[in-house]
Amino acid sequence: MTIELVGVIGAGVMGCGVAQNLAQAGLKVILVDISEAQLQHAQQTIVRSLRLARMLQKTAFSGTVNDCMERISLTTEYEALQQVEFLIENITEKWEMKKSIYPEIDRICPASCVFAVNTSAISITRLASLTNRADRVIGTHFMNPVPLKQTVEVIRGYHTSEETLQITQELLQSLGKKWVVVQDMPGFVSNRVLMLTINEAIFLLQDQVASPEDIDRIFKECFGHPMGPLETADLIGLDTILYSIEVLYEAYNDSKYRPCPLLKKMVDAGLYGRKNGRGFYTYTAN
Amino acid sequence: METIKEKIRLFLHRHVAQAGLDDDQDIFAQGFVNSLFAMQLVLFVEKEFEISIEDDDLDIDNFRSVNAIAQLVARKKAHIQG
Repeated sequence: MTIELVGVIGAGVMGCGVAQNLAQAGLKVILVDISEAQLQHAQQTIVRSLRLARMLQKTAFSGTVNDCMERISLTTEYEALQQVEFLIENITEKWEMKKSIYPEIDRICPASCVFAVNTSAISITRLASLTNRADRVIGTHFMNPVPLKQTVEVIRGYHTSEETLQITQELLQSLGKKWVVVQDMPGFVSNRVLMLTINEAIFLLQDQVASPEDIDRIFKECFGHPMGPLETADLIGLDTILYSIEVLYEAYNDSKYRPCPLLKKMVDAGLYGRKNGRGFYTYTAN
Repeated sequence: METIKEKIRLFLHRHVAQAGLDDDQDIFAQGFVNSLFAMQLVLFVEKEFEISIEDDDLDIDNFRSVNAIAQLVARKKAHIQG
């Protein structure tokens, strides 16, 4: 079975990246978000990213920017997902927000449709339990920016079937992606380590051990990482970092996952990182 | 042509941390700006010169230097008038 029509839920940073990547690969996309304003913003973001992708020519591109945009339908109605063959859900990393939509999409989407949860921390098995298709629920943790990142962390829930894994891998292949399959424990591999690292880097800043620039330089220049933990936090979004670490804290009840007070304070102050121009660093609007 | 170049120089001067940029200097290769700046350049060119950058123009080579951008603008303007 070749998948041609994919539903994407959530038009934030990740949802836009996923929709763009699918459209660039020649697939049709229905992008759903409950906010009309968010959809309008998403449309502008995707056009800009498509133009940049075309300019940099680092990723495969099927047709023109307009061709790609025509493959994406934007809507506020979940009912538009009645025909989708595969669905990628990218709602905010909060259990309360994610859980409300699974019974609904379970009712609307075809029984054969695979639900891929794009999450960095939330339990795939737990979300699957809200549906009548636990064998067809899988985790796909895409990295940001989605079209530029080659590898996806794929998570098998307790009931995820071999066939679902197969379908997911075929879809990822059509996007030109590679994958690593891991088991379902909160935070998987990536975020159990990354979120602790970022959180600890924020503690370093709070304790005035070093400036953001110097903390990041240690990782870049001593360890050879392309980016330091605080730059990475700004790229991911500080609100998302906080949600993710709260999810880990709740899941393991282990104090090592307690969010740094400075992180909470920055999120309360509206410093979200690159997406709104201010985080550990300041960014000029483009 | 000289006014076009002057406007481009002014814009680059505001965003590129390098004084006395040469008109032929490759701003990307020399690491004065990162590739994300390319999109800012495209938006600036479209707005400032009231032209529309089509898919075929979306080539980083058209935005590498003051001269390259000026040539692109001149070509698009000629196309509009012709």
